Amino acid sequence: MEKFTRLTAIVAPLDRANVDTDAIIPKQFLKSIKRSGFGPNLFDEWRYEDVGQPDADNSGRPLRKDFVLNLPRYQGAKILLARENFGCGSSREHAPWALKDFGFDVIIAPSFADIFFNNSFKNGILPIVLDDKTVDNLFQETFAHEGYQLEINLAEQHIIKPDGEVIAFEVDRFRKHCLLNGLDDIGLTLQHAEQIQAFEANRKATKPWLY
Amino acid sequence: MAGKTLYDKLWDDHVVRQEEDGTALIYIDRQLLHEVTSPQAFEGLRLAKRKPWRVEANLATCDHNVPTTDLKNGIDSIADPVSKIQVQTLGMNTKQFGITEFGMGDPRQGIVHVVGPEEGITLPGTTLVCGDSHTATHGALASLAHGIGTSEVEHVLATQCLIQKKMKNMLVKVEGKLRPGVTPKDVILAIIGKIGTAGGNGYAIEFGGQVFRDMSVEGRMTVCNMAIEGGARVGLVAVDEKTIEYVKGRPYAPKGEHWELAVEAWKSLVSDEDAVFDRVVEIQGEDILPQVSWGTSPEMVLDVNGHIPDPDKEADPVKATSIRNALKYMGLAAGTPIKEIPVEYVFIGSCTNSRIEDLRAAASVLKGKKVADKVELAIAVPGSGLVKQQAEAEGLDKVFIEAGFEWRNPGCSMCLAMNADRLPAGKHCASTSNRNFEGRQGAGGRTHLVSPEMAAAAAVAGHFVDVRDVL
Ligand code: SF4
Repeated sequence: MEKFTRLTAIVAPLDRANVDTDAIIPKQFLKSIKRSGFGPNLFDEWRYEDVGQPDADNSGRPLRKDFVLNLPRYQGAKILLARENFGCGSSREHAPWALKDFGFDVIIAPSFADIFFNNSFKNGILPIVLDDKTVDNLFQETFAHEGYQLEINLAEQHIIKPDGEVIAFEVDRFRKHCLLNGLDDIGLTLQHAEQIQAFEANRKATKPWLY
Repeated sequence: MAGKTLYDKLWDDHVVRQEEDGTALIYIDRQLLHEVTSPQAFEGLRLAKRKPWRVEANLATCDHNVPTTDLKNGIDSIADPVSKIQVQTLGMNTKQFGITEFGMGDPRQGIVHVVGPEEGITLPGTTLVCGDSHTATHGALASLAHGIGTSEVEHVLATQCLIQKKMKNMLVKVEGKLRPGVTPKDVILAIIGKIGTAGGNGYAIEFGGQVFRDMSVEGRMTVCNMAIEGGARVGLVAVDEKTIEYVKGRPYAPKGEHWELAVEAWKSLVSDEDAVFDRVVEIQGEDILPQVSWGTSPEMVLDVNGHIPDPDKEADPVKATSIRNALKYMGLAAGTPIKEIPVEYVFIGSCTNSRIEDLRAAASVLKGKKVADKVELAIAVPGSGLVKQQAEAEGLDKVFIEAGFEWRNPGCSMCLAMNADRLPAGKHCASTSNRNFEGRQGAGGRTHLVSPEMAAAAAVAGHFVDVRDVL
């Protein structure tokens, strides 16, 4: 996994609550057996006028001019600002794959759906939870100032705004460690292989019907 | 010390190790695999030259991409080449790693969440995962079951464990009795309407109270299936006689001496009397009426006698915008009675409502009646090959066909339209599935979530009706 340490980037405001994974990456793109190439179809139904097809060329498709990610001022954004319960719905990891492939490294929202939140960390995306008021404030400032950027520092667990204000955020210690060092958690878990074997042997003895 | 909840007991029984900050390594007893969320996990194993930790802990079936129409040509019946590759890839991967697969043509093939309990793979007291959010279904049998992403599928394949933090405990208690015509689907929709789609985030929900004690195991599956629509990854129902009766004799269930041992252990899978829940939600069974969703999120749900809400009367601006977006997408006006929403498509199926009891319930409403002329397509899609066989043995297929339904082969079908079964843009569908997100059943399609009985009644009327008026 790619490391994540710090980032200064443009913020794109997606002003909707309950953005679900079907909206993030519609099902026709889940047919791929690869992990990459989902970026052009991120938010496909909101981004394009027509219906996207897997494995098709997306470059000539008509764009919905009013969709936030199509506006010139948000090009190159790496931070997505969203409303409550972002990523609800299915467990498809294609959702964080698409966000990452498109270029997002950080998502800020008042709350996330659990499975999506988990999947994000596994793919080098940092989801940050901030309270409603702070998020709302960030929305207002992003709308008001073209080119609005935030600096995200994972080691310090804070965000620095253009006016110098510092916003602290929480992150789970283990997840932070994995992100900062780009660690593969399968490798980490296998360091405990003996303990897993012992647990399994005990389970087999006490609950033989499971084996 | 306070007693333990069912979730606490299941969790404690699976902790391999725990770090100081609460991050734990949890042992996984069973993993179910399907074609959509597994290819990248198998690829990851191959790239890292890893092997599955315990091959027999896994079982695969294909469901999302399989056609529900003609299957004579086996895998070649899949017209879409990309879908076909995905199904083929599952076959190749399971073969390479020695994992059992119920592939196309196998009578046991079906929707992964129907197959697990049906085969006795889902057992009380186990941890069970699948790369699919509706894995919560299996909690109806007191299995700690939840959906995971593809990286975690790979993690479980390679290590038989998951890295997790414990969730909080929520009790949703429904006491009293349900009115006639009110079903498990209405119960869970009413719960989601009350707690909201994010209400269960971070919680494992246990469904308790007289209503769930009275409910059949299949009904409990319908309820647990949609725990995720209330934001909870886990939905649970305690073990009782019904649970044990349900599991008994299934192909993968324990036999003989092991059965006796297992049953003894399972009896303790209930929350202790003095267990403390972080949150308790109470609903009275008699207050629940047949439900219909009107918007693009499962929390946008009302009873069938309701009217579409007015965004201008909503005080919260974020909610008002959501309502406005939903009404625009659904082509509905504020104030319209639910009963006046036209129904052009009907879908009876999905891991929420495609088991034998669901099909019986829909057929009982349809018997001797005809689907309304303006309904363009009504399909009944059994959850598995075995459900289909059972339904045909009972003559239910004939009831559906005589009423004007198409009787299909098992799979996910129009629940998410990865195969050829799609809801066209602009059409309203009475659907027994679990998600009414934009484009879920087909780009531009307009989904209304209902029970099998309500879907059948809507098919006959051509609009929503209170099923209690036609029973
Ligand atoms: S029936 Fe629908 S919700 Fe269930 S597993 Fe299939 S696609 Fe997912």
